[in-house]
Amino acid sequence: MTETATPTLAIVVAMAAVTYLLRVGPLLGTHAERIPRVAIEYLRLVAPAILAALAAVNVAVLVRTESTGARIPSFQIGIEWLAVLLCVAVVAVRRSLILGLVAAVLVAALGRLAGGTPGL
Amino acid sequence: MPISSRRRLLVDSAGLAVGVGAFGFIYGLSAHSVGLSPIEAAAMSSLVFAGASQFAALGYMAGGLGLGSIVILTALLNARHIVYSATLAPWLADRQPWKRALMAHFLTDEAFALSLAHFRRLGRADEPGYWWAAVGAIFLPWNLATIAGALAGGAIPDPSRVGLDVLFPAAMAGIAVTLVVDWRTLGALLIGAPSAVAISLIWDPAIGVIAGALVGALAAFGLAAARPRASGVR
Repeated sequence: MTETATPTLAIVVAMAAVTYLLRVGPLLGTHAERIPRVAIEYLRLVAPAILAALAAVNVAVLVRTESTGARIPSFQIGIEWLAVLLCVAVVAVRRSLILGLVAAVLVAALGRLAGGTPGL
Repeated sequence: MPISSRRRLLVDSAGLAVGVGAFGFIYGLSAHSVGLSPIEAAAMSSLVFAGASQFAALGYMAGGLGLGSIVILTALLNARHIVYSATLAPWLADRQPWKRALMAHFLTDEAFALSLAHFRRLGRADEPGYWWAAVGAIFLPWNLATIAGALAGGAIPDPSRVGLDVLFPAAMAGIAVTLVVDWRTLGALLIGAPSAVAISLIWDPAIGVIAGALVGALAAFGLAAARPRASGVR
């Protein structure tokens, strides 16, 4: 993983601006009904796909940076997989995100206590 | 009727505020773990004020994504707010534009759910009810808890030793599950995750997340279009 070169404040301001524009448009009279239904449906599907992609890449892909600066991704399996899958199961069954997160942290902590090393 | 509906709003929002506070605390811890200062974490919570995309942003920053990619992903992730805003627009049409513009900043998933249910119970918009739901029950707990989490994160020398490093991926996966409302959203999730991993391994994780998500959503969308209507499964 590498640090982004963009200052955090610039990222915050840009994210705030784009989020606000999405929220304010229809409330101030931009006609949302003009947006094609297929676009609305596609955008509805993008949100869970992005979040799942982020989670999967975070636990399954390890990036090693060579001395030349090249980034070499590799597949990894670790206790993080179990922790995240447990969280998914708890959220799916109990509909409680907090409970899922607590379960994930406990599993990871126990795994590390047993000698596992962070693979993230 | 307004009093009983507001009482119901208070009860509903009290339970939600506890969850929002706990989640805000976890966001603060996660923000600290990727190197954000308490001020930066608080700025994001107050200015962006969108939990899922804030968590996602931590991943983008840790993964080295550029500003353009972060803006595109944030727009895609928060596109559902257009629907919320369009749904509330008829209820708030007679409010002054500056008030609607201010209300828009606080329009989160939770504020939308609470206020729309309240408006429907009343049969009209209720401005104090909206402010209570959006600011009292969501904005304040989220922001106070973010600051508390970011400060607490500084007191933990090695977050990975106590398993806090899995908070970010677990939160992403958990929020994704909460967005699964039908088989199409499930398909987007199930196709998006492995696609992102595969593209990340072939190319780069920064590209893999965006491409995987777009491919996952597109595949789920295509499957939905190809599915016969007569199946009755939604």
